Amino acid sequence: MEYQILWFILWGVLWAVYFMLDGFVMGAGMLHNLLGKSDGDKRVMINTIGPVWEGNEVWLVTAGGVTFAAFPTTYALMFSALYTALFLLLCALIVRGVSYEFRGKEDFAWWKRTWDYAIMVGNFLPALLFGVAFGNFFAGLPIDADGFHGSILTLLNPYGLLTGVLFVLLFTVHGALYLTVKSTDDLSRRSNRMADRLWPLLLVVAVLFLVATKFATRLYDNYLAHPLLLIIPLLAVGSLLAIRLLSGKGKPLSALAASSLTILMVVGTGVAGLFPNMIPSNIDTAYSLTIFNSSSSLYTLKIMTVVAGIFVPIVIGYKIWIYRIFRAPVRVEEVLADKHAY
Amino acid sequence: MDIVTLSRLQFAVTVMFHFIFVPLTLGLSVLTAYMETRYVKSGDETYLRMAKFWGKLFLINFALGVVTGITMEFQFGMNWAEYSRYVGDIFGAPLAIEATVAFFLESVFIGLWIFGWNKVSKKVHAFAIWMVAIATNLSALWILLANGWMQHPVGYVLRNNRAEMVDFMALVTNTNGLLKFTHQLFSGYTVASFFVMGVSAWHLLRKSETDFFKRSFRIAATFGLASSFLLALFGDFSAVEVAATQPAKFASMESLWETKRGVGLNLLLLPDPEHECNSVEQLCVPKVVSLLAFHTPDAEIKGLKEFPPELRPPLLPTFLSFRIMVGLGSYFILAALGAVFFSRWGKLENQTLFLKLLVYTIPLPYLANQFGWIVAEVGRQPWIVYGVLKTSDAVSKSVSMGQVIGSLFGFTLLYGLLGAVDIYLLVKFARKGPDNDLTTMIRPRGQEA
Ligand code: HDD
Ligand code: HEM
Ligand code: HEM
Repeated sequence: MEYQILWFILWGVLWAVYFMLDGFVMGAGMLHNLLGKSDGDKRVMINTIGPVWEGNEVWLVTAGGVTFAAFPTTYALMFSALYTALFLLLCALIVRGVSYEFRGKEDFAWWKRTWDYAIMVGNFLPALLFGVAFGNFFAGLPIDADGFHGSILTLLNPYGLLTGVLFVLLFTVHGALYLTVKSTDDLSRRSNRMADRLWPLLLVVAVLFLVATKFATRLYDNYLAHPLLLIIPLLAVGSLLAIRLLSGKGKPLSALAASSLTILMVVGTGVAGLFPNMIPSNIDTAYSLTIFNSSSSLYTLKIMTVVAGIFVPIVIGYKIWIYRIFRAPVRVEEVLADKHAY
Repeated sequence: MDIVTLSRLQFAVTVMFHFIFVPLTLGLSVLTAYMETRYVKSGDETYLRMAKFWGKLFLINFALGVVTGITMEFQFGMNWAEYSRYVGDIFGAPLAIEATVAFFLESVFIGLWIFGWNKVSKKVHAFAIWMVAIATNLSALWILLANGWMQHPVGYVLRNNRAEMVDFMALVTNTNGLLKFTHQLFSGYTVASFFVMGVSAWHLLRKSETDFFKRSFRIAATFGLASSFLLALFGDFSAVEVAATQPAKFASMESLWETKRGVGLNLLLLPDPEHECNSVEQLCVPKVVSLLAFHTPDAEIKGLKEFPPELRPPLLPTFLSFRIMVGLGSYFILAALGAVFFSRWGKLENQTLFLKLLVYTIPLPYLANQFGWIVAEVGRQPWIVYGVLKTSDAVSKSVSMGQVIGSLFGFTLLYGLLGAVDIYLLVKFARKGPDNDLTTMIRPRGQEA
C-alpha cells in the first residue's frame, strides 16, 4: 500500500480515537452542573475522568503532530484557516485542564462555582468547535491558488453548525453513559436517564446530518463508487440504534461500547468519504488538498512508519492496562477519604 | 506593528509562559521519584511524606505546563503556516515522535501516580513516577532536537520548493540539539534544586518540620551542586557550538564589533549599537573569550561588522541576556557549594542569613532560563531556520492583523490570570508544609479498607 494511504488511514484513526476517548470527558464535563447535584456528585464526576483525561487529550496532540509530520501542507492550511476557531478551542482546553486541578484546592463556594462553570464551558466549546471544523472539512473550504479565503463566519455555515450540534449530542450521550458505568447509586441512575432522554434528539440530528451531507458535500461519491465502504455508515447507524436498545435493557457498559463505536464510525464515514482529499476546495477542485499533493516526502513517511509501528502498540498496551486498573466505579466515600483525589 | 512582529510577540509570550512551568517539571519529577524510591527501599515514612509534599507542588506546576503546551503545538500551523509548509517534512517528525514516545507515557502514568496510591503496589506506584520523569525528559529531548534543527539545519535538501529530510540520523545526532538538550536538562534540575532548597529554607527559618526540611534540603543541595556545575560546563560547550555555527549570534553575545584574534573578556562593557562600537570597555581579562569559544587563546573571532546590518540579530537583548545568564550561573554554583557545605557539615537551621538568601534565590534560575532562551532565539534572528528561511517569510498569509491582535491579547489575559492563580496555589501549598496524616497510606492490592 502507498505510504500516503497508510498515513491517511492512521490520521483518520487518530482523530476517531481522540473523539471516542475525549468525547466522554467532554460529555461528562458538559453535564457537570446538570447531573452534579451536590459537591460530592461533582467530585465523583471529576474523579471518574481524573486518571485518564490527560492521556486522552494527548491523542489530539498526536493527531496534530501527525498532520504536521505526514501532511505539512494540510497542517499549514488547516491550522491557519481555522485560526480564530482554534484560538477559542485552545482557550477552552486550557481552562478545562486547569479546572480539574484547581477546583479542589480551595473551599470557598465561589471558587468551586467558578471552576464548575469553567468545566462546563471548557468542555462544551471544544465539542462544538471540533464539529464545526470537521463539518467544514467534509464540505470543503474556499481555497484557491493563494490559499484560504474566508473568516470564522465562513465556517459558521448551516452544515458546519449542524455537524457541531451532532458532535455535542454524540459526546453528551457518550459521557452520560460513561458516568452511568463509572458512578454508583443515584448519580449513575440519573446519568442513565439523561442518556436515554438525549438519545432521540441525537437520532433526529444524526438523520438530518446524513441527509444534509448528501446536499452539502461530495462524501457519498466514494460510497457510490465503492459500495463495500457502505459498511462504515451502516455500522454507525446500527450502533447508534444499539445504544438505546442496550441502555434500555439495563446494559450501560454495552451501551457505552455502542456509543464508542458510533463515534468511531461517524468520523470514519466522513474520512472515508473525503479520500483522497483532506480538505476539498469548494471553489475549484484543482486546488483541493489531497493526501498526494500535501504529504511529506516518502523518506519522512517511512521513518514515521517505523516509529509508529514500534510505539503505537506499546502505547495501546499501557493504556489498556491503566483503564483496567481504574475500571471500578468511583464512590463518594472513596473520593471524600482520598486526599489525592481531585 | 506588522503581522510578523505580532506573531513573534505572541510566540514569545506563549512559549516563555509555557517555559515558566517546564523546567520545574523536568527537575522536580526526578527529585520526587528519587524520594519515593528511597521510601520503597527503606520503608522510612519521612520519604513517603516528602514524595507526597513535593509531588503535590509538582502537580500544581505540571497542570499549567501541560495545557500551555498544546498551544505551542498548534501555533506553528496557526501563525507560521509558511514555515510549517516549508520545513514540515523534517520539523514535523520530531514533534509527532515527541507526542507518541513521550507525551503518552507521561500523561498516562501521571494519572496512575495521582490516583493509584490505593490501587497498585508500592513498587508499581514508584515505577509510575519514574515513567513520568523519564517521559518529561524524553519530551525535552525531542522538542530540543526540533529546535536544534532550526538553529543548525542538517540532514535535509531543498527540493519541491521546500526542505525535505534525507537523513533522520543527522537530525537525531545534531550536536546543536543534543547540547541544547543537556544544557536544558541541567537547567531544569537547577531550577528544581533551588526551588526545593528555597521552600525548605523558608520552613527552616520558621522552625517548622525541621527534620523533614533538612533532609529535603540536603537531597536538593547535592543534586543542585552537580547540576549547576554540569549546567555551566554544557553552557560552555553550547558557546563553542554557537561560535562555530552561528558567528553573528556569538559576536552579539560578546558585543564584538571588529574581527580580532585573542579576544579578551571585558568585565565591564556597554554596547553602543548606534555607533557600532562599545562605549565602555573596562577590566579586560585577556584572551578569555577566544579561549572559551575555540579552546585556543589566539583564535580569531568574527566581529559584527563582518555581517551586513540586516543579518545581525538585535544586539542588546542578546548581549544582556547572555551576561545575566552566565552571571547567575556562576552564582548558582557558589550558592550550591554553600548549601552542600552547610547541610552536611554546618548547623543548617542556624544559618539564618544563608537560608534567607536561598528563599530569595528561588526565582533566579527561572530568570536565567528565560534569558538563555532569549539568547538562543533572539540571537538567531533574522533567521527562523538558520541560513535557510527568514522569520519574515515564515508567517501565515491568510491570517489577518485583527486575528493576531485578538489572540495575542486573549492569550496574554488568560495566561496572566491562570498564571497568577497557579502561583498563588503553589505558594499556598508550599507554605502549608507536608501533611501529617497519612490516612491514605499505600496498601497492597486487595487490602483496601
Ligand atoms: C538556569 C538556567 C541557566 C543558567 C544558569 C545558564 N544557562 Fe545557558 N541557557 C539556558 C539556561 C541556563 C537555557 C534556557 O536552557 C538555554 C536556552 C537555549 C538552550 O539550549 O538553553 C541556554 C542557552 C545558552 C546558550 C545559547 C545556545 C544557543 O544559542 O544555541 C549559551 C551559549 C549558553 N546558554 C551558555 C551558558 C553558560 C556559559 C553558562 C554559565 C554558567 C550558562 N549558559 C548558564
Ligand atoms: C525547550 C522547550 C520545551 C521543553 C523542554 C518542553 C518540555 C515539555 C514538558 C516537559 C512538558 C510536560 C508538561 C510540563 O512539563 O509541564 C511539555 C508539555 C507540552 N509541550 Fe513543551 N516544551 C518546550 C517547548 C515546547 C514547544 C516549542 C512546543 C511546541 C511544539 C511544545 C509542545 C508541548 C505540548 C503539546 C505539551 C502538552 C503535552 C501533554 O498534553 O501532555 N513544547 N513540554
Ligand atoms: C521554552 C523555551 C523557548 C523560549 C523561552 C523561546 C523564546 C522565544 C522568543 C523570545 C522568541 C522571539 C524571538 C524574536 O522575536 O526575536 C522565539 C521565537 C521563536 N521560537 Fe522560540 N523559544 C523556546 C523554544 C523554542 C522551541 C523548542 C522551538 C521549536 C521547536 C521554538 C521555535 C520558535 C519559533 C518558531 C519562533 C518564532 C519566530 C521567531 O520570532 O524567531 N522555540 N522563541
